[in-house]
Amino acid sequence: MSEAVQMFSPRRVAAMVLRYWYLLRSSFARLAELIYWPTVQMLMWGFLQTYLAGQTDLYARAGGVLIGAVMLWDILFRGQLGFSISFLEEMWSRNLGNLMISPLRPAEFVAALMVMSIIRLAIGMVPVTLLAIWFFGFNLWALGLALVAFFANLMLTGWAVGVFVSGLVLRNGLGAETFAWSIMFLFLPLACVYYPVAVLPAWLQTIAWSLPPTYVFEGMRTLLFDQTFRADLMIQALALNVVWFSLAVAAFLALLASARRNGTLMQTGE
Amino acid sequence: MDASPEPAVRADRLTKVYKTAVAVDGISFTLPYGSITGLLGGNGAGKTTTIAMLMGLTTPTSGATRVLGVDMPRERYRVLHRMNFESPYVEMPMRLTVRQNLTVFGMLYGVRNLPDRITEIAAELELTDLLDRPTGKLSAGQKTRVSLAKALINTPELLLLDEPTASLDPDTADWVRSRLERYRSERGVTMLIASHNMAEVERLCERVIFMKRGKIEDDDTPARLLQRYGRDTLEEVFLDVARGREREAAQ
Repeated sequence: MSEAVQMFSPRRVAAMVLRYWYLLRSSFARLAELIYWPTVQMLMWGFLQTYLAGQTDLYARAGGVLIGAVMLWDILFRGQLGFSISFLEEMWSRNLGNLMISPLRPAEFVAALMVMSIIRLAIGMVPVTLLAIWFFGFNLWALGLALVAFFANLMLTGWAVGVFVSGLVLRNGLGAETFAWSIMFLFLPLACVYYPVAVLPAWLQTIAWSLPPTYVFEGMRTLLFDQTFRADLMIQALALNVVWFSLAVAAFLALLASARRNGTLMQTGE
Repeated sequence: MDASPEPAVRADRLTKVYKTAVAVDGISFTLPYGSITGLLGGNGAGKTTTIAMLMGLTTPTSGATRVLGVDMPRERYRVLHRMNFESPYVEMPMRLTVRQNLTVFGMLYGVRNLPDRITEIAAELELTDLLDRPTGKLSAGQKTRVSLAKALINTPELLLLDEPTASLDPDTADWVRSRLERYRSERGVTMLIASHNMAEVERLCERVIFMKRGKIEDDDTPARLLQRYGRDTLEEVFLDVARGREREAAQ
């Protein structure tokens, strides 16, 4: 089978990654934005952690629980944003029509956006984790294999949300862009980023446990407070992520088909 | 049974309805391989929707389309690498240089020996000196040439053009038309050109399809249209069709 009609072509994925890499490389503002907000967040929560550690025994025992939470939250949030912004770049540059009539398949497009979200996250987060060691003596990398499990689960959730939001923008135009920036904040209170699930009322706990990131943040606290890695929580998070990601892909394909029916792929404005 | 060879494009009772608005109303036509056809009509006549359905970008409400031997949009991925499209209303990423844009699209279309092809197409379209400049910093005419280079990067067998010379000065527009004529004579490509520019259609097209309110109002060679309507230019024919004077004019 010739490459042009292959079901999945790594070369087409590479073409899209190259397209976003060229864009990032050409724009200092885009690069700076990747580092700016994670740094501000880390510094604010780091100083709060330092202050609280001097006031309460709880934070003294588990050094880095707040700063760890904010960095994992940034992996989740920036993972989704990295995916969605790369997609939005096509809308802003009015290039989507060119892509949609090319041999690029939806799965290849999504794969390229995933790769870009990892690249964008690495550019933003690696310097921030090093700064956290320097400023606060908190080494996220010391979590070792647990960090790999946390990272994988958070990225999967970020991608699932990114895929769904991209479908919404594809179907409804840039009027739906605001979801890309705001939808993840729904997770902030419900996924219990900064406090245990037990704090929530019982009915809200049920909702919280349906969100994969809840397991990650609960797992992180267990690791930092009790020095215990809960593999069972990570497996449950992974299982939920498979369901979430499958639903997001199904929604994306349905929204793409709807966009084709409604003729919105050529008109990518508001 | 029809033993004639399959055309490059066959639209059969193609209809597109957006909620209650009928954009394309049961049109049928064929485009033989190597032909060059103009698609004319006023704003809202259904030209762009027709082209979008031929590319698989918009799903028809009813009717069927076969492009380069396959059903669209169901089998579009079997032929998308053999066709291309250019329109001033779909832009290229502005921050990327011309070379970067052509590299990305060349890879998407699976073009072999891509650096050589970029050199070749840049020379053909006089873009060599612009290859390393950001696309967004180019003039309107230069951007059109870049879009055209993208549309030709995969040496398409079917080229769909939506107002290819809109907003260009007469000199640049004439240059673009010359390149399209040359490309067609060298490669034998099938072209469908949606345009408001009657001089352009008269010069490039051997056949004209007039659309009005989603329907095909007339379909013939420019010479026969001029003769039948008793007019000297296609612009006059266009006005006759657009203003509903076709019967009167044709008598």
